[in-house]
Parts: sequence; C-alpha cells; structure tokens
Amino acid sequence: MSYIQAHQDQVLQLFLQHLQLAGTALGLALLIAFPVSIVIARYQHLYGPVIGVLDAIYTIPSLALLALLVPIIGIGRTPALIALVAYAQLILVRNIVTGLRGVSPAVVEAATGLGMNEAQALWRVRLPLALPVIIAGLRIATVAVIGIGTVAAFVDAGGLGTLLFNGVSQNDPAQIEAGALAIAVLAIMADLLLRLVEWWAGRAAGGTA
Amino acid sequence: MPAVAFEHVSKRYSTGEHAAVKDCTLLVETGAFVVLLGPSGCGKTTLLKMVNRLIEPSEGRITVDGEDIHSLPETALRRRIGYVIQQVGLFPHMSVEQNIAVVPRLLHWPKERTSERTDALLELVGLPPDEYRRRRPRELSGGQQQRVGLARAIAADPAILLMDEPFGAIDAITRARLQDELLRIQAQVRKTVLFVTHDVEEALRLADVLVVMREGRILQAAHPRTILSQPADPFVAELVGASDLLRRLSLIPIGETMHPLPTGKPAELPIIERRESLRAALAKLLDSGGQSLIVVDSGVPAGLIELSDIYAAARQAPSAEALPA
Ligand SMILES: Nc1ncnc2c1ncn2[C@@H]1O[C@H](COP(=O)(O)OP(=O)(O)OP(=O)(O)O)[C@@H](O)[C@H]1O
Ligand SMILES: [Mg+2]
Repeated sequence: MSYIQAHQDQVLQLFLQHLQLAGTALGLALLIAFPVSIVIARYQHLYGPVIGVLDAIYTIPSLALLALLVPIIGIGRTPALIALVAYAQLILVRNIVTGLRGVSPAVVEAATGLGMNEAQALWRVRLPLALPVIIAGLRIATVAVIGIGTVAAFVDAGGLGTLLFNGVSQNDPAQIEAGALAIAVLAIMADLLLRLVEWWAGRAAGGTA
Repeated sequence: MPAVAFEHVSKRYSTGEHAAVKDCTLLVETGAFVVLLGPSGCGKTTLLKMVNRLIEPSEGRITVDGEDIHSLPETALRRRIGYVIQQVGLFPHMSVEQNIAVVPRLLHWPKERTSERTDALLELVGLPPDEYRRRRPRELSGGQQQRVGLARAIAADPAILLMDEPFGAIDAITRARLQDELLRIQAQVRKTVLFVTHDVEEALRLADVLVVMREGRILQAAHPRTILSQPADPFVAELVGASDLLRRLSLIPIGETMHPLPTGKPAELPIIERRESLRAALAKLLDSGGQSLIVVDSGVPAGLIELSDIYAAARQAPSAEALPA
C-alpha cells in the first residue's frame, strides 16, 4: 500500500497502460473471432480443426510464446498484442460458436420459414440470442488477458507487469505486492462489470422462454 | 387454378432407406382448409415443408398460384406463405408486437401500417393489444404463444398458411378452443390452409379436404364425410374410425336433415341450434326422452328434427367391402 501511495502517478499510468493493452487485444480478438465463429457455426466440420489449433496455441506458456515472437517481430506492444489476441481466440471462438449453436432450432426454423435470409437470421435472431454466452466468453477472456498481460512487461510493452519485473530485479517486495494488488483490482473490476453486462444481455435475450 | 399443386412429388433423404414422400399429387383449391393426417413418420411434415422450400423435393413439381416455386427466390416465396410450427418458435428477445411485425419489417412496410396491422391481428386472435403488445413470449401461456404464432404467420396477409401440428403441445380444452377460433378466423380471412395433425378428431373438425397419408403416399383426399362414408381402404377406415356411427353423425349439420316447421306446432319441445351436428341432436333427444326437437337459427325457430331422421342418416352406411374385417 505504501508503495502505491508513494508512486501514485507511476502506478496509475501503468494501470491505464495495462487496461489499454488488454482492451486493444480484446477488441482485435473479437474482430477476428466473430467472422471465424460465424463461419465455423455454419460449416460444422471446421469446428474440430480450428479449435484444435487454437487449443494448441493456448497451451504454449505465455512467456515462451513471447520469447518466440521477439526474434521475429522485435520487442514492444506488437508481440504482446499478438500473444494476447492468440490466447483470447480459443475462449472467444468457443463461446461464440456455442452461443450460436445453442439457439433453439425451432426459433431458427421460424426465422427461416418466415423469410429471413441468412444474414437477417444471424443479426436479428441468432446473435441477440447468443449474446449472453458470448459475453460470458468475453468476460473469461478479459480476465485471462489481464492476467497474461503482466508478461507484456517482459517485451517492454509496459503495463502493471513492469512493477513485478522491476520488483524482482530490484529485490523490492513492496513493489511486487503493489503490482499484484493492482492487477487483481483490475481483473476483479472487469469481471464484475462484465457480469453486469451478462445479466443485462440475459434479460434482453428473453430469459429462458 | 389451384392455390397449391403437388405434381408427382417425391422426397428421398440422403440418409433414408425409403423415400419419405412418394409420388404425391394433390391439387389444393384456393381458400380450402386441407388437413394432412397420418401416423407418425408418414411424411406429413416433409410434404408441408416442401411448399415453402424448407425441404427441396427430389422429384416432381410444386406450384403456388400456378407459378413453379423454384421460379421465385426462397425468401420472397416464404414471405408470401404463413408458417406455424408446433414448438411455436417465437423470438424470445422480441416483444409480442415485434414478433408479429417480423414479416412486415422484412417487406419494408411503413411503421404506421405495421403497428395498425399488429393491433388488428392481436384483436383477431383474442389478445387485447393494450395488454399483450409489449409482453415477452415467456410471459405468455402456451396457448397464448400459439395465438401470437398464428398472428405472426398471417401478419403480411399471405394467401397460403402452413401449419405443422400447431396445437400438438396444448392441453385438450385449450386445443378445442383454439380449433374453434381457427375456424372463426378462417371464416374471416379465408386463407388456403395446409394443416398437419395426427389427431383424428382435430382433422375431422377442421378439414374441408382431408388427406390421409401412409408411408409417404396419399391414400385418399376428400371431404371428411366422404372419407368416413367411403374410405378408400381398410387402413383409412380404421385410421379415421369410419365404423364409428357417432363420429359420422357429428359431421352432419342439423340444417341438412331438418323439416320445415309445421304450422301450429306446440312450442314446448326442446330446441337446438341449426349449426349443431346430428350427434348433438341425438344427445339432446336421449336426454329429453322425446321424439323431436325444434331447430332454431340464432334463436328463431327454423325447423323440426325427429329421431327417425337421425336413424335414416346413420343408416347411410359406408360401402361394406371398405370396412375393416
Ligand atoms: N432430415 C431428415 N433426414 C433423414 N430422414 C428424415 C429427415 N426428416 C424426416 N425424415 C424421415 O422421413 C420420414 C417422414 O418424416 P416426417 O417428419 O415428414 O413425418 P411426419 O409425418 O411429419 O411425422 P410426425 O407425425 O412424427 O411429425 C420419416 O421416416 C423420417 O424418419
Ligand atoms: Mg411432423
């Protein structure tokens, strides 16, 4: 605590940097995950192979993945973003596909039978109904990305991980504690906020009727 | 020109051993209420869904108002054909009003016209708009959901309405009420209806034309009374219960067999409404212990019916060789 009080500006700056890194990574991850999931939900045989690849990426330790990226891309935000986007893919794609598949077949048949084309059925019916599951995925991915985001400091991408790395190298436990605390606060805040959104989306999707 | 025509239509699913629908030919007149009846798996749903191209036939041709259904884009065809299914499939994230407005929106109706239409339809299906318009589907009973399903299907005033066991999941009392209302609505809006069921009573009650199917084939297509009195084969006879006299009587309206009212007849006889069936008349006679009833048309005496008339009607038996052994 005393470390945070003494270095308010620095901690706040790293906090915001961490938030920005995680936010950008999630934004990019969603942009990729949506089209990929929509294609997979339609062509079911792609599900196995795509999830297999994403699963394999997910099992690479984050530090190892970053270390692998550095010789190719160098250091800074870019390798950190690539790693975070890659980790988020598995969670997002799996949840979006599950959400889309979970929409009642009767509802989808009604949409088609009434004369919606595929895009209309997707935007007006399937996505709104899948939204609670998609947001649950986003929430899990957010917490994961905030946590994994600490290693971004390893490639000089900043964020709250900086406090951990510096604390270790400077043998400064107070700085490590401050970093850990700040990361936990960020993760918990994001989790709570997205739980709220999830609850709201569940209501908007019409509950269990 | 028939509203819907099936010409030698067959459907073979890629996984199926036998064809689900085999060489079906059927002409459906405009405004007819056609009921497809048959045991589970006989191909009713398959035949129905080929009309709005949710299923493509393997062979044969289907026309709607004389046009081959393949000459139209699928979505345009479906927006012209109402569709109601057993599971209803209301959109849970939309209000009742938005559900009904789906097809008008797809057709880019102006807002005002859509909302007027929505209210009119809610009235038509017996749900006061002020109370129900903003509700979500989960806030409705099963019967109310199916009313909304019907309103949604006819929102853009399609000439053709496809209904696949719409009342299949609804309790017997509500089901009977919905059947009555469907007949009332049909009298008002006159759609060409294709209605699937495996409930014989429901089929006899609703059909102008009853189509009996078995193992993918159409065995007989005729008025329910014709099917009861002249079933095409023992299977049809057994399925519809052709040997059940009371069932036959229940399809004959009193108006058909009554006599003119003799002048000076004492008015102490029990009365019965003209639109009731001979079965209802028989019940009333048994109940009163009398020989005759006065038939009234909206309360005004219109004729007389006697027990002997009912005997005569009952004795017009189906051809003997068609009855099951
Ligand atoms: N998608 C499908 N793939 C393969 N076979 C199918 C498919 N849909 C239906 N069938 C088969 O086709 C036959 C006719 O099915 P259909 O659903 O038309 O029957 P139905 O008369 O509507 O039955 P029910 O009264 O049980 O609804 C059945 O043998 C069924 O197993
Ligand atoms: Mg069926």
